Amino acid sequence: MSGIPHDHYEPKSRGTKWVESRLPVISLLYGTLMIPTPKNLNWMWIWGIVLTFTLALQIVTGVVLVMHYTPHVDMAFASIEHIMRDVNGGHMIRYIHMNGASLFFFAVYMHIFRGLYYGSYKAPREITWIVGMLIYLLMMATGFMGYVLPWGQMSFHGTAVITGLFGAVPFVGEALQTWLLGASAVGQPALNRFFSLHYLLPFIIAGLVIVHIWAFHSTGNNNPTGVEVRRTSKADAEKDTLPFWPYFVIKDLFALILILVVFMAIVGFMPNFLGHPDNYIMANPLVTPAHIVPEWYFLPFYAILRAFTADVWVVMFVNWISFGIVDAKFFGVLAMFGAIVVIALAPWLDTSSVRSGRFRPMFKWWFALLVVDFIVLMWVGSMPAEGIYPYIALIGATYWFGYFLVILPLLGVIEKPLAAPATIEDDFNAHYGDAAKGGKAAATPAE
Amino acid sequence: MLKTLTLGVTLALGLSAGAVTAATVEGEITDFNFSFEGPFGSYDRAQLQRGLQIYTEICAACHGLKFVAFRTLEDEGGPALPEEQMRAYAANFEVWDPSLLDGEGDFRPATPADRFPASQLREAPDLSLMAKARKGFEGPYGTGISQLVNGMGGAEYIASLMTGFVEAPACAPEDFPGYYNHTFTVGGFPEECKDEHGHHTVPGSWIAMNPPLYGDDVSFADGAPSTLEAEAQDVAAFLMWAAEPHLNARKQAGLTGVLFLGLLTVLLYLTNKRIWAPVKHPKKA
Repeated sequence: MSGIPHDHYEPKSRGTKWVESRLPVISLLYGTLMIPTPKNLNWMWIWGIVLTFTLALQIVTGVVLVMHYTPHVDMAFASIEHIMRDVNGGHMIRYIHMNGASLFFFAVYMHIFRGLYYGSYKAPREITWIVGMLIYLLMMATGFMGYVLPWGQMSFHGTAVITGLFGAVPFVGEALQTWLLGASAVGQPALNRFFSLHYLLPFIIAGLVIVHIWAFHSTGNNNPTGVEVRRTSKADAEKDTLPFWPYFVIKDLFALILILVVFMAIVGFMPNFLGHPDNYIMANPLVTPAHIVPEWYFLPFYAILRAFTADVWVVMFVNWISFGIVDAKFFGVLAMFGAIVVIALAPWLDTSSVRSGRFRPMFKWWFALLVVDFIVLMWVGSMPAEGIYPYIALIGATYWFGYFLVILPLLGVIEKPLAAPATIEDDFNAHYGDAAKGGKAAATPAE
Repeated sequence: MLKTLTLGVTLALGLSAGAVTAATVEGEITDFNFSFEGPFGSYDRAQLQRGLQIYTEICAACHGLKFVAFRTLEDEGGPALPEEQMRAYAANFEVWDPSLLDGEGDFRPATPADRFPASQLREAPDLSLMAKARKGFEGPYGTGISQLVNGMGGAEYIASLMTGFVEAPACAPEDFPGYYNHTFTVGGFPEECKDEHGHHTVPGSWIAMNPPLYGDDVSFADGAPSTLEAEAQDVAAFLMWAAEPHLNARKQAGLTGVLFLGLLTVLLYLTNKRIWAPVKHPKKA
């Protein structure tokens, strides 16, 4: 499967030969588990395993929750209370699922920013990147629809706001919104279909995760230096890599369990901290909460959505040039989706020939600012759209687009990158001083 | 750099969760100390029983607890009434049973399997989840750190509301409907008490509910004090239990999970170190 030269599985016993000649499942598992992995991967390469685990965790807890949940506007809220009070261990399962969504998004943001810093999106890994972005989009859809199911106040009014975004599309908006909701307003049809899709999408995500893994198992992992594994011979490749099992399985497991310690503390000691109290009030179409806010993981994009108000000159200009078709609301929607599209386009927007941010002196700072920008947007998205907050959101949103559309293309031209190590082996030995093979630590003294 | 990122995202998580709770209308919330706060806090059984008594004698006149089953009053980690006492308590309530009188329905005394009746007054909200549907003390300085450590603090809100009936501010007209409460934020508010930008000049708002507690409203069998503050905290603790009946079990599961996963982390750390040792520090040939 991998282009990196390595040993392949050879069945030895009669039983394995019998299976392999009919379905090469053992060699598939062997190839996946023993894949040559760059030995210099750092701790930012653990999030993939965390994400895979979290997907499984969400599916397992979700399937159990469905056994006790009722997707009906009059009974959904009460059925959640039934789970919380009457079902054995139901409160733990529900809190794990609820906070599991937060763990999922926390991990995916770490994973995405890892990719952005080390240039994991660059050739030949564009398809891995695009599939990853599709997974992220589906995660957002799944997370949003899952939040609707408890049918609390924030579920209901959040749904009204988010589906209202589709209503902003010119000409077909209203029809589109009605089609999404199955009615002119949020109600039973919306709850039913969101429930159905919330159950379906995770399995599509699981399928895409397999494609994602297949894609990067074909190209090989990126690594902190961005230097490719030598493929000239098996001996060369083995100097740069180690098999995934046991080296990275154990390393990733250690990181995963450490993260689960924190996760378990959140679930056990403060399960509602990341939620909103209003969602413990049953949905009431007649009473709108004073302050509708999405879950924390949507806040940066929610801030971008709200940043482009009718008094921003870009919005006024686009409104004028489109003969009024693109109004401020639709502009905001386009900006929000655009903010995700530009991440997906990073492989083509980044013109630098150097992959890893480690060897890009200017890029480093712009990237750090992007991280700060993301956090600022998250914070400002939680604030009411009044006073100074809309200005902060506008600056933040502008930098977000500026980074991807202006800075990434320009840096490749004006930046003078540092010299990267020739091989992964050199990088690894520079860290650990390979005495036996005359690495850096051994080579400096004596002469 | 990536350490900064981790730290930053973690910080943002905390900040935004705290910031989300920032309301436009301010209400005064006292930072009461409850036995169930913090990772190791648990319910005080005697306090829950006193709270149940206040609920029964005062709140239940108007409010309901429709998600709470009578049988749960017997549960460990709750008021833990003895079984006969719980059965006798349930029998005091009448519930509507549609199966009686050949399907016409009739009232009958409640059994342990029944739930508390819903609110008697349409205007009175159900109290089953009130302690989770409100946020409490957000300090210090609105950062939400107290909520991170102590829990969301809905019980603080309830106790503050009970003790929050204070004299109406001078700006309000004499005949303004309702009772001024400096904790309640979603009630009526006179125009006279707003500044030129429409911002409220005094905390809280006007609530339709009479002040339900004055102090010495009930006499506790255990001889506990029945001052207004003590009663307010007792009933708030009971409503916290009503909203989160498995809090004790949850925290115990959390602690067990953290300890065992922590142990596993140490073992995996050592395993990882040993596996990588020959690669990172090869023996000199």
